[in-house]
Formats: sequence, C-alpha cells, structure tokens
Amino acid sequence: MALNTNGNDYLVGSNLERVLRAGHFAVTGELGPPQSADDGVIRKKAALLRGYCEAVNITDNQTAIVRMSSIGAGAIVVQEGLEPVIQMTCRDRNRLAIQSDLLGAYALGMRNLLCLSGDHQTFGNHPDAKNVFDMDSLQLVRMVSAMRDEGIFQCGDAFKGQEPRFFVGAAAAPFADPLEFRPYRLAKKVKAGANFIQTQLIYDLEAFAAFMEKVRQLGVHEQTFILAGIGPLKSPSMAKYMKDNVPGILIPEALIERMNRAGAPWAGKSKDELTKEDKKARSAAWQAEGIQITIELIQQLRQIEGVAGVHLMAIEWEEAVKPIVEGAGLYPRPVVPLPETQTA
Amino acid sequence: MIVAEQKSLDEIKSLVGSARNVLVVGCGTCVTVCFAGGSREAAIVAASLRMASKLDGGPKNVTDVTVQRQCEWEYLDAVADQIGAVDIVLSLGCGIGVQAIAEHFPNTWVVPGLNTKFLGLPTEQGVWAERCAACGDCILGLTGGICPIARCSKSLLNGPCGGSEGGHCEVSEEIPCAWQLIYDRLSSMGKVEVLMELQAPKNWRTSRDGGPRKIVREDLRLVAEED
Repeated sequence: MALNTNGNDYLVGSNLERVLRAGHFAVTGELGPPQSADDGVIRKKAALLRGYCEAVNITDNQTAIVRMSSIGAGAIVVQEGLEPVIQMTCRDRNRLAIQSDLLGAYALGMRNLLCLSGDHQTFGNHPDAKNVFDMDSLQLVRMVSAMRDEGIFQCGDAFKGQEPRFFVGAAAAPFADPLEFRPYRLAKKVKAGANFIQTQLIYDLEAFAAFMEKVRQLGVHEQTFILAGIGPLKSPSMAKYMKDNVPGILIPEALIERMNRAGAPWAGKSKDELTKEDKKARSAAWQAEGIQITIELIQQLRQIEGVAGVHLMAIEWEEAVKPIVEGAGLYPRPVVPLPETQTA
Repeated sequence: MIVAEQKSLDEIKSLVGSARNVLVVGCGTCVTVCFAGGSREAAIVAASLRMASKLDGGPKNVTDVTVQRQCEWEYLDAVADQIGAVDIVLSLGCGIGVQAIAEHFPNTWVVPGLNTKFLGLPTEQGVWAERCAACGDCILGLTGGICPIARCSKSLLNGPCGGSEGGHCEVSEEIPCAWQLIYDRLSSMGKVEVLMELQAPKNWRTSRDGGPRKIVREDLRLVAEED
C-alpha cells in the first residue's frame, strides 16, 4: 500500500476510506444538485443525509441536465459537515478541465471521486451540445490514480506542490450488455486503479449473486471495495418504468407485484373516484413498501461475500434514507478516527 | 465514400436568393454513388429551381453540369467558362467540392446544395452508415476492424459503457453498440483478452483537434529543378 503524504497507510484518509478499511459495511448516499444556484437546497438535503452515510455522491449534470456543479455543491456539503464523493464525467470536460477542476476540488476539501463516462447529452436539456469524451472513465481512473500515487499530471509533468489525493471510485453495471464481459470490465477498472466501485441499482439478487460469484473468481473483491447500488421504489409505475426504460436495471416481477399489493386497498377505484386523501394514503403505502423492500435487499446484499457496503440512491427522496438505514440496522454509522496528529 | 444528403428545396431557394443565372454543378464521384449530387440529381434540382422560380414570379435561367470530381482543379477547369458565365453556382458536391470551386474561382459566388454527412458505406439499398471519423491514427487493429471512435456514441476506447443493452446503444435503438460488435467479433475470433488491455488516452492531435490537417509527400511533389 502506497504511503500518503501524511505518513499513515491510508491512500487518502477520507471518512469513506477509513470506514471501508476498518471492515465496516459502508453506506454512501446520493445528493442531486438543483437546477438553480440555490445553496439552500443542498443544505436541506445534506441535513437529511448527515449521520446516515459515510459520504454522499454529488452528481455531475446527471442525465445531462444542467445543474449546479458537483464541485460547487460539494463545497457546500463540506461546509455542512458531510463528506462528498465528487462525480466527474468525461462528457463535458477535456483532460485540461478535469485536472484543473480536481485541483480545485482537493483544495476545497474534497477527498472522494467517482469517475464516469457520463450520460449522453442527447438525453438532457441541451441535446444540441457538442460532447467532449476526450477520455473515457477508465482513463480517468488511471489519470487520477497517477495524480495521487505518482504525483503527475496526465501529460507526465510533476506537480509543483501538493498533489490532489482522491479515494478513487468507478461505476459498474452488472446487468448491462455484453453480460458475460461485465465482471471483466469491473476487473479492468480495478486494474486501472479504482479503490471502490458503486454499482447500478440492484433489485434482482439472484442475478447479482451470480455476477458477484464471477467477480470473486477473478479475485477482484479483494482488490477494491464493492458497494451495491440500491434505491427505494416509490410506486409500481416507477418500477415498471425503470424496468422497461433504463438500461442495465433488472426488477423481478415479484417486487413489482409487492408494490402493486401495497396499493391494493385503492386498486378497485377508478382515477376519478380517488380523492386527494386516497391518493396521499396510497402513495404513503407504496413508499412504506418501497422502503421495506430496500431494507430487505440491504440485509440480503450483506450476506453476499465481497459486498463491502451499499450505495443508497434516494434521489429527490432523501427523507427515505433515515428509515432505510435505521431499518437495516446500520445506524448509528461507525466512527473511525484518523491516527492522531494526522489529518485527511 | 463521402456520404451526403440534399438540402431542402426551400433552403436551396433561399441560398440562391435573387440570382438570375444559376449553374448547378454535380459531382461524379461519392455523391453520385449515394444518390445525392450526381448528374441525375443535378438535372432534377435545376428543373425544380426553374419551376419554383417561375411559380414565384421571377423565372431564373438554371443550367446544370456534372464534373467527374469536383475536388480536383483539372476537372473544374473543364467547366470554367460555364462557371464564369453565371451569377451563382449551386454545388451538389460534398463540402470539399464547394470549397474547391470557391478556392479555384475567386470571383464566383458558390453555395452548397448538399449537407455532407459522414464517411461511410451503404449497408443495404437506400441505407448508408458512418464507419470512419478520419481521426488520423487508425486503431482498427486493436478493435477487430470495428471503429469505436466513429461508431460508439461516446467514442470510448475502453468500452462498453453501462448503456449497452440488447446490442444497441443507449442513445437510440437504431444505433448498434460498437463495443458489443467489437466484443462479439473478438470473442468469435478467440481474441477477447485484447479488451483487458487499458487503452491510454488518445492523441487527438492527429484528428481535427490539432488544427486543419495537411499531408505533404516530398516524393511526389513536382519541385522545379534548380539551375
């Protein structure tokens, strides 16, 4: 293990790294910045997540819709006493912009980074934009690892002063195609330097267990920390939408059926017959079931060898994080202090 | 080949504007093969413009001619008199043809009748698809002869991304996932281990990012003998 500049054996010493290295089952959250310059939105979401996860991912123009920058929102999250995982996509920045932004992110106190290729811009609200894709996510992982471990820019020049030290993450899509290549692609990301992996949303445990078995055969789970992606379903229609429209997401019929059953007391009524109160009660019943399903999924994921934690994505439903983390027996979150005299 | 598509008649009319004497210049090479700007299309566009101008109340004198290759001076020289005699040239060549006319005839106003789309091939009758992005540093030897620069929506060198599903790209069901194609081909040839090698960031200087490109072949140049 490479020594960092603080002389301890952490690569970075971020809270996320400390909790994972101590062997605790980790929880990361997700915070989507607003489509505005409103810092209050970030602070409100941060308050809902603080204490319930080791760190929160700050998305980078997620689904190619312009939002407050990940690093800008990350700086506010740091002020709020919560540790960010900065998401960085290859869609909007070339290697110059990525590196300079990361120097700024480190200087502002950010210590975790998730490297992504990025949703294509045609999905978002500026579909006429020119994309960049100067690098891909694997090259980005390699570049930021070399910034930390070799003290060099992508061009090979050495830093003139403090190098940016990030705990480097990458994404995995276990059920995207070609399916049989996915464990190898994960291995390739780890070979490039990924210290942790966050997966696409997992609902199909059988399929995920099969993926993890292959990952274990490759020995990859011993070289990185794998956090299984998880997200509470809000309604049966959301479940169906994701199943049919989002690549790489498998949702078993049984789960959709459970969501339907939760709304059964209102199922006999037509749209017009449902009062406002009915709709509210049905929505609450669906949400309660969605949270319960998530809790059960976490408990089952914990049993899979090689799963080091969960990445909980409750986008625009941050209120769900508290009952899920508590319900899964993961509260309070562990505190792993840095060795004395050393700071992250 | 260079694949192009005709602009709409409305746009062509607006580009031609009030010019009275118009020469439509077709090209006998790529755009003939992709049915966008050959002699047949040049004649049709000329006739359409004539009719439209008559209907609009300002009849134009529109003629057409097609040269073997609009991108070479010698073929343009052959029609220099016709080009010199009109108010405007409507080129049905690719973007190179339009610029060749502009460059070769400094006093001629030339406008494009086509949109130049990509470097590709016909995959079936009436369907053309992109194959090459002219990046200037061919990597097809690493990818089983399938180009991810031109054919992956994100030009990934270490694909596939998480958006590959059922063989198609997340951007559209009409777009085959280049990395699925690469994976299938390398698998079938027993070379899938190639995909485990991390490809370093590409040097884009050989592409358009290094500025407009030029090739000089000293062995082929006609250099005046020194006295």
